[in-house]
Amino acid sequence: MSANLRVKSSEYIDETHRISFKFNGKIYYGFKGDTLASALLANDVHLVGRSFKYHRPRGIMTAGSEEPNAIVQVNDNTNRTEPNVRATEVEIYEGLEASSQNCWPNVNFDIGGINNLISPFLPAGFYYKTFMWPASFWEKYEFFIRHSAGLGKSPTEKDPDIYDHRNIHCDVLVVGAGISGILAAKNAAKNNLKTLLIDEKNELGGATIYQNREFNKIDNQSSSDWIKKEINELKNINNLEIKTRTSVAAYHGYNYLLARENLTDHLEKKDKDNKVRQRLLKIRAKKVILATGALERPLIFNNNDRPGILLSTAVKKYADFFGVKCGEKNVFFTNNDSAYESALCLYNKGIKVNAIIDIRNKSNSKIVKAVEQAGIKIYWSHTIVDTKGYRRLNNISIMKLSNDGMTVTGNKINISCDCLGVAGGWTPAVHLFTQSGGKLKFDEENNIFLPNKYPSDQISVGSCNGIFNLKEIINELSIQLKEFLKIEQTDFDNITIESEEETSKRNIWLLPSDKAIGKTKPFVDYQNDATAKDIKLALREGFRSIEHVKRYTTTGMGTDQGKLGNMHALGIIADTAGVKMGELGTTTFRPPYTPLTFGTIVGRNVGEYFDTFRRTAMNDWHIENKAEFENVGQWKRGWYYPSNGETMHQAVQRESKAARESAGILDASTLGKIDIQGSDASEFLNRVYTNAWSKLAIGKCRYGLMLNEDGMVYDDGVTTRLGENHYLMTTTTGGAANVLGKLEDYLQTEWPELDVYLTSVTDHYSTASVCGPNSKKILEKIFPDLDFSDENFPHMSFKEAKINKIKCRIMRISFTGEHSYEINIQASFGKSLWEKCIEAGKEFNITPYGTETMHLLRAEKGFIIVGQDTDGTMTPIDLQMDWIVSKKKYDFIGKRSLYRSDTMREDRKQLVGLLTDDPNIILEEGAQIVSELNQNPVQMLGHVTSSYFSPNLHKSIALAVVKGGKDMMGKKLFIPMETKTINVTVANPVFFDEGNKRLNA
Amino acid sequence: MFVINCPYCGERDQQEFKAGGEAHIERPKQPTELSDDEWAEYLFMRKNIKGVQFERWNHAHGCRKWFNMVRDTSNDEIKLVYKMGEKPSLE
Repeated sequence: MSANLRVKSSEYIDETHRISFKFNGKIYYGFKGDTLASALLANDVHLVGRSFKYHRPRGIMTAGSEEPNAIVQVNDNTNRTEPNVRATEVEIYEGLEASSQNCWPNVNFDIGGINNLISPFLPAGFYYKTFMWPASFWEKYEFFIRHSAGLGKSPTEKDPDIYDHRNIHCDVLVVGAGISGILAAKNAAKNNLKTLLIDEKNELGGATIYQNREFNKIDNQSSSDWIKKEINELKNINNLEIKTRTSVAAYHGYNYLLARENLTDHLEKKDKDNKVRQRLLKIRAKKVILATGALERPLIFNNNDRPGILLSTAVKKYADFFGVKCGEKNVFFTNNDSAYESALCLYNKGIKVNAIIDIRNKSNSKIVKAVEQAGIKIYWSHTIVDTKGYRRLNNISIMKLSNDGMTVTGNKINISCDCLGVAGGWTPAVHLFTQSGGKLKFDEENNIFLPNKYPSDQISVGSCNGIFNLKEIINELSIQLKEFLKIEQTDFDNITIESEEETSKRNIWLLPSDKAIGKTKPFVDYQNDATAKDIKLALREGFRSIEHVKRYTTTGMGTDQGKLGNMHALGIIADTAGVKMGELGTTTFRPPYTPLTFGTIVGRNVGEYFDTFRRTAMNDWHIENKAEFENVGQWKRGWYYPSNGETMHQAVQRESKAARESAGILDASTLGKIDIQGSDASEFLNRVYTNAWSKLAIGKCRYGLMLNEDGMVYDDGVTTRLGENHYLMTTTTGGAANVLGKLEDYLQTEWPELDVYLTSVTDHYSTASVCGPNSKKILEKIFPDLDFSDENFPHMSFKEAKINKIKCRIMRISFTGEHSYEINIQASFGKSLWEKCIEAGKEFNITPYGTETMHLLRAEKGFIIVGQDTDGTMTPIDLQMDWIVSKKKYDFIGKRSLYRSDTMREDRKQLVGLLTDDPNIILEEGAQIVSELNQNPVQMLGHVTSSYFSPNLHKSIALAVVKGGKDMMGKKLFIPMETKTINVTVANPVFFDEGNKRLNA
Repeated sequence: MFVINCPYCGERDQQEFKAGGEAHIERPKQPTELSDDEWAEYLFMRKNIKGVQFERWNHAHGCRKWFNMVRDTSNDEIKLVYKMGEKPSLE
């Protein structure tokens, strides 16, 4: 059967290269050059899918990316499977497998088809209206609705393909390689402008290579021959880069465009592997020329969606370009001349054309005359009122249109046909123009929206600018290019063009039927099954805004974004509501123009490159010693070090005891480090920290708390005075970059008079923190020349020392409450320093501990962690840290806010300690705290911020923020959990060594 | 995505920059002298206009310098870029 449907071979199809592929499990054959759509049509397969809501049989409608119906799942049951692919865009290759979507058990017999029979009960808004009551039934409804929703299947395995991103900068970007785009690109490149030409198809030439080739002549050649010669010449131009199979997805401000380049989708499986499948091009163009062409419109009439109904130019393209006839008995239905060109093309190829139905009264153009001379019957001033054929069109009924086009009269004529080409005129593809921020105007005469105000350096040329006659297109293009590119002349100024002029127009957005509208199905949005009836219902129910009607009826909300029917939807709304289309406006055109894969969007940023990690110099040691890691900011930090199959709890208990009983060691390299220098460094610290810094002696360290201007705690850390005008500030691990940014902001914008310089040195130094009663002995072994006595090296002071010849900075500071030292060394020696500490500490059972034990040890001491015990709403007063807020300083960041009426409220949430009545119960962090159990609604007083089991105190401890907590010492509170209520008592947040005796132990 | 002409580095892609809110709001020199309302005015109140807006921007992934920018928020047109402390001259 398939052989019959091939007509005289087109030069774009290689009939010597036969390709087999599978559709819905059955093997078919096509030729190299075929799309999945053309190959299926050549095999007489029209029915390729079911519609979304009514499950009506649907066929291939177009020959391009605007296809609403023929969306298929390709590479089914593999990890390369992809849903919602337009069959009209899939180039076939040996081994291609595709299948229909949205049908079960199969496309020929689909259970969901019952929705079509009950469709009178499924109007617009059906789901909204029906499943509202009773509200408690929603969960039951949801199960069924979810099952019937969605299009296609997503892959369940990892995508094996590689995706890529590329930045491109060019002088001129030309989108669309039809005749306008080709001439524009050629002339730009020839005038020494770096030019990029992009087209979504694999062949250049756009519609010109197959359309109007009999009637349009350039320099006495057919326009298609002439454009082929131009395409050949493009290859020899230096400044021109051409990207085919590349679809511009988005056009943003400042001429920034995103395009998807398809590299391997048309290749056989063996040729796809290890190659980049799709590449996202990020294009910055100085100038953009949009030559995106126009999309043919359908006509909206009763049952206009059956398989076998195509756009008229699609019928022509399949015959002329792919060498496939879409039917044996062809009929065209039109409101303009383009159907005549299609009919004539078929006629010349020996394909039968039964009739042309034209809603116009008459047309005198040359091409109409040629069709009349060919003896094809033309029904003037007629419209189709109904079509028949469930899985394939077999008959149409036509009637005469009244003069006003609102009703039909006379007798019904039935015409047998298996392929109907519909021509409703042309819609300029202004999608990218409007995405860029361009404003449209409505052209009343041609019923089209046209580019009006350009938001950036760009122009629209050719039919996307509303010019459809070849002669006018070329003449206007020449004028536009000279002005836009500032060139004296173009290389096509002197060509002679003959093209056909259209003489007669008639437009009816919704064609009448002999049946009442309620009994008809004139589809406006094919993919989402929205009919003209639904739009009228929405208007009756009071919707007026085009954006509301769209969402209520789902018109234009499919994967094709209503490329075919949106104009008709607007027209029907305007006609029904009695407003002008120009006043109605359009819905927003949003990117992407055609769908993008997730792979293209993420490019190479997958797996370990999804988010970059920072690792300390000691990282290898942590891995060798079986550390579990935790992400802190972008750092991978050692979390705990389980040995002999310990659980996290067991490991943390062991580490915590070891640190307090003998010695522990922590990798503290991730703390932010900022080197501060300049004659005003002390004054600067005075302004950014809450406490006073002027009197800090050289060689001493001090803890500081930094606020935001709103008085809330922002960051904390120890800063050391290294010299007269030299400090080293440490910040929290996660806050480092933000703190530096904030300090720079104040220095540059508020206090430019201060002589202060900030440098981030976080990555320059590695830090090993050794703590515990034996820490001093360990350091004495590593630095035998240094006097570690309390007199020479007291708590909160700093010394410089050397290991061999390598300088170290040692700070005697403590976050655990133990006698403790932090040793800083050049990062490249970080690991050897660490190993030296471990070696020296062996006799004291030095125990590496991670962030979890660090958190536990500091919680025993009631030390806060910014970001865990604070959340951007805690002042130092709320934290009971009044001692660190200087009363003497005139000003510091956030000071004034501490005296706002809100921050001075007594009942703010304040940091307290919590002890569970049962010492073995460990509270959950985040658990809510209440004072009354039988309150309704219950009043939340606060929540638990930190909670641990302390092995050193043999009981659970917790920190919490509680409303008015400061005055609740000893008060009993409750923590209601899902299964039980936990009784707690408010306590001092310092649980361990309140007198800080261990610091000097 | 804008192209921003950093006064120190020249034209760079927007992704190198961080927006910093409304420009020309000076931190009061004597905050303690202010009433709660006056302090709140400085601390919280920011304009968000459709039209020409004066903004602070930081070349965060470049020279780290702060500068000012005049932008029309309705179409993202950048009308002027100038250094901190300079007075804008819009014709």
